[in-house]
Amino acid sequence: MTVTVYVPNDSGALALGAGRIAAAIDKEAQKRGLDIKLVRNGSRGMFWLEPLVEVETSEGRIGYGPVQSKDISGLFDADFLNGGTHALEVGPIDEIPYFKNQQRLTFARIGLTDPISLDDYLAYDGYRGLKNALAMSGADIVRHVTDSGLRGRGGAAFPTGIKWNTVLNTPSEQKYIICNADEGDSGTFSDRMVMEGDPFVLIEGMTIAGLAVGATQGYIYLRVEYPHAHRALNTAIAKAYAAGYLGDNIQGSGKKFDLEVRLGAGAYICGEETSLMESLEGKRGLVRFKPPLPAISGLFGKPTIVNNVISLASVPIILDKGGEYYRDFGMGRSRGTLPIQLAGNIKYPGLVELAFGLTLRELLYEYGRGSASGRPIKAVQVGGPLGAYLPESQFDTPLDYEAFAAIWAVVGHGGIVVFDDTVDMAEMARYSMEFCAIESCGKCTPCRIGSTRGEEVIKDIIAGRDLHKNIPLLRDLCDTLLNGSLCALGGMTPYPVLSALNHFPEDFGITEQASAA
Amino acid sequence: MTETVSTQSTVKEITRALKHKPGALLPILHDIQHALGYIPADSIPVIASELQLSRAEVHGVISFYHYFRETPPGKQTIHLCRAESCQAMGSKKLEEHVKAKLSIDYHETTPDGKFSLEPVYCLGMCSCSPSMQIGNDVYGRVSNESFDSVIDEREALS
Ligand SMILES: Cc1cc2nc3c(=O)[nH]c(=O)nc-3n(C[C@H](O)[C@H](O)[C@H](O)COP(=O)(O)O)c2cc1C
Ligand code: SF4
Ligand code: FES
Repeated sequence: MTVTVYVPNDSGALALGAGRIAAAIDKEAQKRGLDIKLVRNGSRGMFWLEPLVEVETSEGRIGYGPVQSKDISGLFDADFLNGGTHALEVGPIDEIPYFKNQQRLTFARIGLTDPISLDDYLAYDGYRGLKNALAMSGADIVRHVTDSGLRGRGGAAFPTGIKWNTVLNTPSEQKYIICNADEGDSGTFSDRMVMEGDPFVLIEGMTIAGLAVGATQGYIYLRVEYPHAHRALNTAIAKAYAAGYLGDNIQGSGKKFDLEVRLGAGAYICGEETSLMESLEGKRGLVRFKPPLPAISGLFGKPTIVNNVISLASVPIILDKGGEYYRDFGMGRSRGTLPIQLAGNIKYPGLVELAFGLTLRELLYEYGRGSASGRPIKAVQVGGPLGAYLPESQFDTPLDYEAFAAIWAVVGHGGIVVFDDTVDMAEMARYSMEFCAIESCGKCTPCRIGSTRGEEVIKDIIAGRDLHKNIPLLRDLCDTLLNGSLCALGGMTPYPVLSALNHFPEDFGITEQASAA
Repeated sequence: MTETVSTQSTVKEITRALKHKPGALLPILHDIQHALGYIPADSIPVIASELQLSRAEVHGVISFYHYFRETPPGKQTIHLCRAESCQAMGSKKLEEHVKAKLSIDYHETTPDGKFSLEPVYCLGMCSCSPSMQIGNDVYGRVSNESFDSVIDEREALS
């Protein structure tokens, strides 16, 4: 009997050797004359177990991990193909608390299926949302998205339904759907996991967006750093065209939607939606003044939806199960689920999709199990390089847009980067200014000049020079950036800088007496 | 001489094949860099005339984007992540080691032309920091030792 063995093709797993492991398992099976079917699935998102090999048994899928090349023959000796006992065995995957306790809506299929198999996609509830959408008016589709309470997952948390409604109600011969797949935020990888682990869900979400507002052309603006996502998307797009899920006559409806992947070129600022559109138009990625809103005059001056990968990938389940179903998850005005990414110095790094409302502490200790180094956690940065650093005293904040705003922090794209007590927060603040200087598009002076100046001042502070002058100078500079920048790159760099300064003054050489004085 | 001629014809071929796409410049630059490893200065007038742009506009676009390069890279380019998650897992020490091992800084190429070193700000592999990428190959939880063995292995290949 043929046994199905799963070895992930996610680049996080590949980075830990999954490619070699898949080849070695194949070879060993042949050598032993055993009949296996090797499936390259997405990752379950439990990266401390990667490469995580799974075997289909009568008791469900049994996992072994992290598997190294040297373990392969031992696994065969232990009869892992029948779920045999081995030191690396982690039991039924579905029973691992880290996985079991999640609420996977957007990530429902990821890790389970072969990402580039349309048959798998269809067998696991794929294209049910599109089927419903094809029977609805544009306004009805938009209403489901509005009812779901979905807010943009790219960072700004703007209500997706309102954006779509604006595009729907702006008449134009040509409209566009853009997927923002620039995922530049450090500590985030949920977009990448979706594109590599379930590319059809993004294609379906974009197609529904096109039907909703009457757009016939979509672009996925993908960062060039993601070659594996690029390949998966192009393969899936070709299959969707071949099966009539893209093109001139979607599933015989007479409706049209074309989709193409375009590559970025290593500029963080091109994740900002207007810079992104400049880039798509073939220009330097200079940020545009708003208004006009992209929803009214966006790509090539036409009404355009720009949405993050996770926002768009959440649309199919909303259209499948209805806006209310999605809305029933979450707290306050943060509805639905958020794929949270645990990164940095954490014992169990990975992807945790949960309804809004869990506290940072629960995430860091119940899911993440504390730092990887075993030392105390000193600070976490939430929401990418423009997100605030939070000290232990704020770990009881629930993951909720408003609760984070209340402590001058952001949820952003849901990345959490953990630092243990060896981190020097003044150095992290210096890095934030350096990053802003490197990635500034150069359009406004506070960001272009202020960031370089800011880095110099922090260097002086680190060297202990004239703190009584330089600390107020740094605060002034941050004020200028906060108030005088056109976009959030300059406008939010003060978040990590000032939060580091305010929560960890001792790292800047400020003693208690000095700050009291 | 012949090399320049073939370079020029590659550039022309790529530009003509893609110039009708809306927003064609980035796809063109990507294909040129993919084919030649970089974007040679003498390709700029060709692209400019085909797309009816000024040379300054084309050059402005090339220089705006960190990924596009105007000088030939080494045989293999190492993209080492400098961003926060990797820093939290010791990437600064690794960075020192990498620079010492290759005897080059960022944006430089080893004298034997085998390796170029470029910084990158997150590879989306923050769940296995520190990380790096060489071509399409990705590496996670990179230590000084694992870096050395990757380099030795790849050196043998190149
Ligand atoms: C400097 C900067 C970088 C950004 N990078 C990204 C990004 O990589 N991905 C993303 O989806 N949104 C990014 N955004 C937010 C976008 O401008 C925009 O709000 C988002 O794509 C809208 O989609 P959403 O409503 O689905 O979140 C960035 C914003 C700024 C200011
Ligand atoms: S704040 Fe910086 S990145 Fe944003 S528009 Fe101004 S110069 Fe460009
Ligand atoms: S911060 Fe290094 S891979 Fe994300």
